[in-house]
Amino acid sequence: MQETTSVQIENCGKTFADGTQALEPINLSIEGGETVVLLGPSGCGKTTLLRIIAGLESPDKGGKILFNGENVTAKMIENRNVGMVFQSYALFPNMTVSENVGYGLKVRKMPARERETRIQEMLDMMQIHDLAERQIDQLSGGQRQRVALARAIAVRPRILLLDEPLTALDALLRDRLRMEIDALLRKLNITAIYVTHDQAEAMALGDRIVVMSKGKIAQVGTPREIYYRPQTDFVADFIGTINRLPGTEKLCRPEDIRIVAPDQASHVGVLAASQFLGDRTRLVLSGITEEDFIVEAPLRKDIPLGSDVPILIDDRFLIDPKAVGA
Amino acid sequence: MRRNGLFALQLAFTLFICAFLIVPVILSALAGVTVNFFKGLKSGLTFNWIIEVWGLYAETIYLSMGLAIVCLVITLLLGIPMAYVLARTGGRLSRFIEELITLPVAIPGLAIALALILTYGGFREFRSSWLFILVGHVLYTLPFMVRSVLAVLSSINFQELEEGAASLGAGFWPRFFQVIIPNVKPGILAGSLMVVTLSIGEFNLTWMLHTPLTKTLPVGLADSYASMRLEIASAYTLVFFVMIIPLLVAMQMASNSGQRKKKSTAVPDLPIKRS
Repeated sequence: MQETTSVQIENCGKTFADGTQALEPINLSIEGGETVVLLGPSGCGKTTLLRIIAGLESPDKGGKILFNGENVTAKMIENRNVGMVFQSYALFPNMTVSENVGYGLKVRKMPARERETRIQEMLDMMQIHDLAERQIDQLSGGQRQRVALARAIAVRPRILLLDEPLTALDALLRDRLRMEIDALLRKLNITAIYVTHDQAEAMALGDRIVVMSKGKIAQVGTPREIYYRPQTDFVADFIGTINRLPGTEKLCRPEDIRIVAPDQASHVGVLAASQFLGDRTRLVLSGITEEDFIVEAPLRKDIPLGSDVPILIDDRFLIDPKAVGA
Repeated sequence: MRRNGLFALQLAFTLFICAFLIVPVILSALAGVTVNFFKGLKSGLTFNWIIEVWGLYAETIYLSMGLAIVCLVITLLLGIPMAYVLARTGGRLSRFIEELITLPVAIPGLAIALALILTYGGFREFRSSWLFILVGHVLYTLPFMVRSVLAVLSSINFQELEEGAASLGAGFWPRFFQVIIPNVKPGILAGSLMVVTLSIGEFNLTWMLHTPLTKTLPVGLADSYASMRLEIASAYTLVFFVMIIPLLVAMQMASNSGQRKKKSTAVPDLPIKRS
């Protein structure tokens, strides 16, 4: 396997021409071969950060981007040898699928025969061989995304950057492609930076997740750390569903709460709404806190609305955002 | 069908309007190949008038074609980069510039010609050469090229296409020629046909700017209407038709194929094949 590339982001902020600050100066270190997901709501600066790493934007004065210790801040994207997958794919409508996949190789003046071999290899890897001679406007969204991936990795980039690559697809396709991208990233062992606003995508793909909010990094950690030990209220709220316990600052995940017999209960709520989700049922309880209290449990039977639901909150599963961090 | 009567009425009306518009064209074309128009078709058909027109006015036809081609080359060289820069810059300034270059379309050609003569009329060599007319034609046709390229540019996400190409290692020139230009081809084609057609048919400006040695086809037409017999003027019109109609048809076909292409992009998102 080829050598991997680490990325250091030093003090990279971004203020746009109109004075809005999209990104406060950020420091982040990404190891070679690691998949890092930048996660946050729209407008949090995640795409701006990705574009700075790509070389599509330059950071404010003082910011630096290092690839394996080499300062690439002044280099344009075309000289950084990164692969990029765009939200709307950015495939060239004037070229066929193979021509799209081979474009980066053509630009690099790779000999025609070698280029052909590489194109075939990429088409095979992404299982789009049958589409080789198609025009881009004859492809479905999922097919386009595969072509975009094949095109980006065909040039063997040092780093793969993905900007919300699955957002434009429907849910089923998104799930399937997510698994494929995961397998692809493991197989290529390439440093990958993946931007998304979808927390499920982030957890499934990321070795580490960088949660961002309002131009700042809210928390960096493995998916488990982010989920079970959120350091701020923002992170706790943004990742999954969370309940605030009455009288404390402690938090609790809906799936960690058990429905028990009335005599074992720590709290009792009144069922305000319930949604059967197949593998589990989501119960919305009132009367425990001011806000709705969410419990998720695998239920075989319906509980009638308005009935009392006795629950047990186990102390082991409580999350204390203030206490973590250490 | 119940509406038979109404339908027949509508059809008759439509045919009447068509005839109203087409008959003069046919008459005029016929006049150009009739031996004596006042005696009518029974005097016989002839190509002599066309041959005579060629003898008298061939120069104007060559000049018009030459002008149109050079005008096209210049509007391509100026218009495409200009549209690209305007689309990239965006905002109020580029809107303003777009309006500014469109002004010559709104201002009467005579006024533009007058302004050109006042400003550059003193340079005798320039004033008496065909280049002087060329300047007027470029001024008048450039907005059509810029606008039609700009329209295509703003309908495709060209900046993302460029970023995609850049991420694959392509510098500015490869990006411009391999990605931007091929993808705005429909706009370039439509603009080109427009420029050539307008340049060949332009009269107002050209009439003011021409000299006896730099007459274009429409100026020649006016001259023949004023001073020649009706058959020659009509034959001349016929020549003009033969030149301009293929261009108009090509223009229509180009815009049709452009629209078809747009429709075919709406492919439903078919589920992909399971591996």
